Amino acid sequence: MPEITRDEVAHLADLARIDLSDAELDHLAPQLQVILESVASIQGLAGDDVPATSHPLPLTNVFREDVVVPGLTPEQALSGAPAVEEQRFSVPRILGDEQ
Amino acid sequence: MTETLVPFDEVLERYDPAMGLEVHVELNTNTKMFCGCPATFGGEPNSQVCPTCLGLPGSMPVVNAKAVESAIRIGLALNGKIAEWCRFARKNYFYPDMPKNFQTSQYDEPIVYDGYLDVEVEGETFRVEIERAHMEEDTGKTTHIGGSTGRIHGADYSLVDYNRAGIPLIEIVTRPILGTGAKAPLVAKAYVAALREILLGLGVSDVRMDQGSMRCDVNLSLSPKGADKLGTRTETKNVNSLRSVERAVRFEMSRHAAILDAGEAIFQETRHFHEDTGTTSAGRPKSDADDYRYFPEPDLVPVAPSREWVEELRGTLPEPPAEKRARLQAEWGYSDLEMRDVWAAGALTLIEATVAEGASAQAARKWWMAELSRAANDRGVELAEVGVTPAQVAEVQKLVDGGSLTDKLARQVFEGLLAGEGSVAEIVDARGLAVVSDDGALGEAVDEAIAAQPAVADKIRGGNQAAAGALIGAVMKATGGKADAKRVRELILEKLA
Repeated sequence: MPEITRDEVAHLADLARIDLSDAELDHLAPQLQVILESVASIQGLAGDDVPATSHPLPLTNVFREDVVVPGLTPEQALSGAPAVEEQRFSVPRILGDEQ
Repeated sequence: MTETLVPFDEVLERYDPAMGLEVHVELNTNTKMFCGCPATFGGEPNSQVCPTCLGLPGSMPVVNAKAVESAIRIGLALNGKIAEWCRFARKNYFYPDMPKNFQTSQYDEPIVYDGYLDVEVEGETFRVEIERAHMEEDTGKTTHIGGSTGRIHGADYSLVDYNRAGIPLIEIVTRPILGTGAKAPLVAKAYVAALREILLGLGVSDVRMDQGSMRCDVNLSLSPKGADKLGTRTETKNVNSLRSVERAVRFEMSRHAAILDAGEAIFQETRHFHEDTGTTSAGRPKSDADDYRYFPEPDLVPVAPSREWVEELRGTLPEPPAEKRARLQAEWGYSDLEMRDVWAAGALTLIEATVAEGASAQAARKWWMAELSRAANDRGVELAEVGVTPAQVAEVQKLVDGGSLTDKLARQVFEGLLAGEGSVAEIVDARGLAVVSDDGALGEAVDEAIAAQPAVADKIRGGNQAAAGALIGAVMKATGGKADAKRVRELILEKLA
């Protein structure tokens, strides 16, 4: 049976940029454990002969030709941005996580 | 912070290095990986975007067939196996260089696996095993505003241009490279150089490290000599020239050794490389793969290249660089040492093109490896970017072969070419560089030389032809080096017969 610890939930929350209080962690960790257990019981139904499914359709190799198609103008692209500067999306200060 | 470093030779007395190289290559397709936006470099900010690469709701990605084709050809050229079936995956992270909050990549099912590349360093061949090569998309470009360093730390906010987001990338990952010892920095550099050569030959990428279309991350660890377990590694990101690859390995080896010597542990983290000092500084703690919560991309169906397609693409591969080098060496009659120098200087394709333009292999080598290599060195640019073309080298050599330029005058033509003074003909004209072989003009200079050095003239009259050298020298001086030395000699001997 997979187990999810309170520390793991805190780590996941951190990765997902969700600020959880200690009280919320105490509340959510056992709930997630129940969800995992439920999913695990479904997993138990599938034998080795049932492959994991990631796509419901039996399709492969859906490609497009390498041909340019018109996209958005910069004005259109930036029209939904909360803040724009120098024709770029302006985003808040980024801490850490540089890729 | 000043880092304690252990001298390189000492590092090797106590430790064995292990390297892992990750190379990202931007493909030169017309369009992006999953949408029809142009994949060209240098457009106005956010002018090459669409709902798909901006991650807008309702948009759906579709795979670029040409990018898959390039990935397969790269895999085959790296002696790799091509997956019969593979999927894309979402790599989840929160950083605004991708507007989707994930990067579409491949995880445990790369399109290419189990390849290798043999690289030669100082006459020794090292096999670099390639674990995988996978398809993914490049990220947008962030500019950090405010703060003192222009870096992410201390910035007030950032600006993002998504033109680059979605450009097809192939990431090529080696297995740990062991047993290279003191040659580790050179093996790393040679591997990246060999990879670059292959990609160039395939025509799948511009492979411009200076423009970021080829980027290298250098993983390095040290383990005590003879230990069978690898040490903790650091990953130096975005090392963007061949020379920097070598320097980054060298620096990290010295830095790791100092930490280990002090009995401390290496902290697993990414490092930033600084071109100016050749040093690295701490980046962020290295995330575990788990932290990216990879899962199969539901919006893209699996890629299953048919064996027929793979074989068809195998038929399009160019001659492998190592074989090509062996063939050219035989054709050109170069010694091993000459060939190695030519290759190391990045002159191989330039000489090949010069020979194709009609110059002899020896002449082509002479100009590229002497005059032009020196100029490239002085300017700190690659030989190919020095500003002289193979066609021009062949043209100059043709004038030398035809007797209208001496080697000395030819060097002045190259000076002119390097200074951007125009075409070969224009420079010869403007600088007045044509050889004087006109007997009238030369005859006068010869007469003057004979008159000025009667003792030498007597020796020649007495049958000592070797003494003619002094007179030839005087004539060359008088004509500013433009005289045809062979003709001058003939005239002297005729006059003093």
